[in-house]
Amino acid sequence: MTALSSAPVKPPFWNNPQIRAILFQVVALIVTVAFGLSIFENTQDNLRRLGIASGFDFLSSPAGFDIIQTLIPYSAASSYGQVFWVALLNTLLVSVLGIVFATLLGFVIGVARLSKNWLVARLALIYIETFRNVPLLLQIFFWYFAVLRAMPSPRDSLSLGDAFFLNIRGLYLPAPQFQPGFGWTIAALGVAIVLTIGLTRWAHHRQMATGQPFPTVSSTLALLIGLPLMVFWLTGAPLHWQVPELTGFNFQGGLVIIPEMASLLLALTIYTAAFIAEIVRAGIQAVSHGQTEASFSLGLQSSLTLRLIILPQALRVIIPPMTNQYLNLTKNSSLAAAIGYPDLVSTFAGTTLNQTGQAIECIVITMTVYLTISLLISLVMNWYNRRVALVER
Amino acid sequence: MTEFRVPHPDLPPPASTIGALGWMRRNLFSSPSNIALTALAAYLLWIALPPLLNWTVFKATWSGDTREACQANSGACWVFIRVHFDQFLYGFYPEAQRWRVNLAVLLLILGAAPLFTQIITNAAKVKLGLSLLVGYPIIAFILFKGGLFGLPDIETSRWGGLFLTLVIAGVGMTAALPLGVLLALGRRSKMPAIQTLCITFIEFWRGIPLITVLFMSSVMLPLFLPEGMNFDKLLRALIGVTLFQSAYMAEVVRGGLQAIPKGQIEAAAALGLGYWKAMALIVLPQALKLVIPGIVNTFIALFKDTSLVLIIGLFDLMNIVHNATTNPEWLGFSTEGYVFAAAVYWLFCFSMSRYSQSLEKRLHTGHKR
Repeated sequence: MTALSSAPVKPPFWNNPQIRAILFQVVALIVTVAFGLSIFENTQDNLRRLGIASGFDFLSSPAGFDIIQTLIPYSAASSYGQVFWVALLNTLLVSVLGIVFATLLGFVIGVARLSKNWLVARLALIYIETFRNVPLLLQIFFWYFAVLRAMPSPRDSLSLGDAFFLNIRGLYLPAPQFQPGFGWTIAALGVAIVLTIGLTRWAHHRQMATGQPFPTVSSTLALLIGLPLMVFWLTGAPLHWQVPELTGFNFQGGLVIIPEMASLLLALTIYTAAFIAEIVRAGIQAVSHGQTEASFSLGLQSSLTLRLIILPQALRVIIPPMTNQYLNLTKNSSLAAAIGYPDLVSTFAGTTLNQTGQAIECIVITMTVYLTISLLISLVMNWYNRRVALVER
Repeated sequence: MTEFRVPHPDLPPPASTIGALGWMRRNLFSSPSNIALTALAAYLLWIALPPLLNWTVFKATWSGDTREACQANSGACWVFIRVHFDQFLYGFYPEAQRWRVNLAVLLLILGAAPLFTQIITNAAKVKLGLSLLVGYPIIAFILFKGGLFGLPDIETSRWGGLFLTLVIAGVGMTAALPLGVLLALGRRSKMPAIQTLCITFIEFWRGIPLITVLFMSSVMLPLFLPEGMNFDKLLRALIGVTLFQSAYMAEVVRGGLQAIPKGQIEAAAALGLGYWKAMALIVLPQALKLVIPGIVNTFIALFKDTSLVLIIGLFDLMNIVHNATTNPEWLGFSTEGYVFAAAVYWLFCFSMSRYSQSLEKRLHTGHKR
């Protein structure tokens, strides 16, 4: 008689989840490494065959081309390394300005979208739905080719108060000229900032200790604006405005915003503001009405309710997606390459790459910059997010 | 006999609180600040609307075949669009062969129509959807490219216009979603090597602009490949766009996966389902349903991003319109061109977002708060 075996059959080893997991990972790693190696070998071969130099020596050789907008000293004799810094600064300039303007416009539109006024809410909705659903590149092209390239020549410029001029070469603004003695005003501003911080701390302590509120907002504003202004007048207003003037065929002096920069900034601002508006709306709607009612029943005024109750909670919802938009805007600024604004992609990954032929180095440097910016902003925002996140149980 | 007091019949509400008047009082003129806002908005409309309408409709030229026809009117010259319309749709696809594109579009509409109706059962929908997913790309590719069954071969460099935009968007969407799901599962996997690979992949693609990806695909890819091997330009753009959007898709799907309670996976395991079955039958259906808005947002982003292939010289809708505006015979009509292109893009993106909203409502069976 054969005994029925009661011991369970041992499953084959390939059905063991732990062994399987190790197997999977080993295979994945081997495939990845093999893929990387084959790319590396191919690249080495191709570079040798095409006679392309490798390494970063090209960064110190002279560039030999001009850049239409430079924030730091640059000439055609400067090195490719200098090109990199010029291009990076141009990217950062347009990104930072875009972020500031898009945030302001986005907040306005987002609040308008929630307005009790039907007409205003509708207009905001139309704005959002229009600009969100049209590709950014198309908007950049529209502003650049259809609007700014269609501006009149410098002689027939559109002007505002004989100080601002708009023509096909760009937007001309009066440039501030700092005279000796302006440093005092800057110093006064510094003093005002220090005083403000001290005042806020003192007011906070006093309120904690005695319950007496202090009009912090109005007094700090008065301090920040009043003190530098007073010093400015006392030192004899050491600031002149250099107004652009038409000499011959073009304007001289003043501050020039080139059309490439203007159209890029305009499109980035308008496009991103539509997304920010939706984020702001969602954030404000996420704070339940009970919070406002509770705050009123505690006796807080509506301005205090907004500042102490609604905004902190709305910001918690707004900040993460807002960070994403800021990152998107920074990355989208690379579309500058399509209209020739001298940003990182068009100048460094474009012109420099074409002149030196060192594709890998140029693209790697460009990507590293964007990756660094992304990761830095992510890190900062994650830290902030952890700080404001709800602490539960 | 007792006398009953007959109540007075209800008075109608005051005239100022109902009807158009009441609505206007409530929504436009409820307070002084509201009145000021209404006035400001109305003033803005008053400034912007008449010139806009005049330009687009009343003073625009609609008929004619030459640019001279437009000189009489001060508004938009839609003749520019009329003349280039076929080019905007098909790019440089040979005129005699355009029926192939039309046929493919018709096939897709006929094939996919039952998916959006209630005629067939859900099980049949899944089968139909899967067979479309596998079969349609093959049929469409044969139709578009030709070289088989006596169809003349047409180089991908001649594809263009809205047709090319839809090809890139369609391929990108169908490839990025499954890839994104796999990446998201990998990122949440418990195997450290797989997880690290997926995180690196996702963060890399999310951290760089698409334009550098396209640059890379056009200048670096030839260096990566063995000598003599060459990729089609369109294929390179497709790979770039797909990989780029799959990283974003992965993050969207991960959000959905995180929202599914652990109990669901444990229950699936208790029923004896393995990892893939548990994911496919229990977790993913719920997770994907939760993140439909995010998925459609990614699709919309992808659709808009197809315009970037202009950078590597493909003639999609954006580039073909831009190209037409630089045509020496038709200079000066860039506004009309861009407005037309914007309207087309807008139509697609807006309908996608509306469809996602209706889908979201229909599928909103659980998790309602």
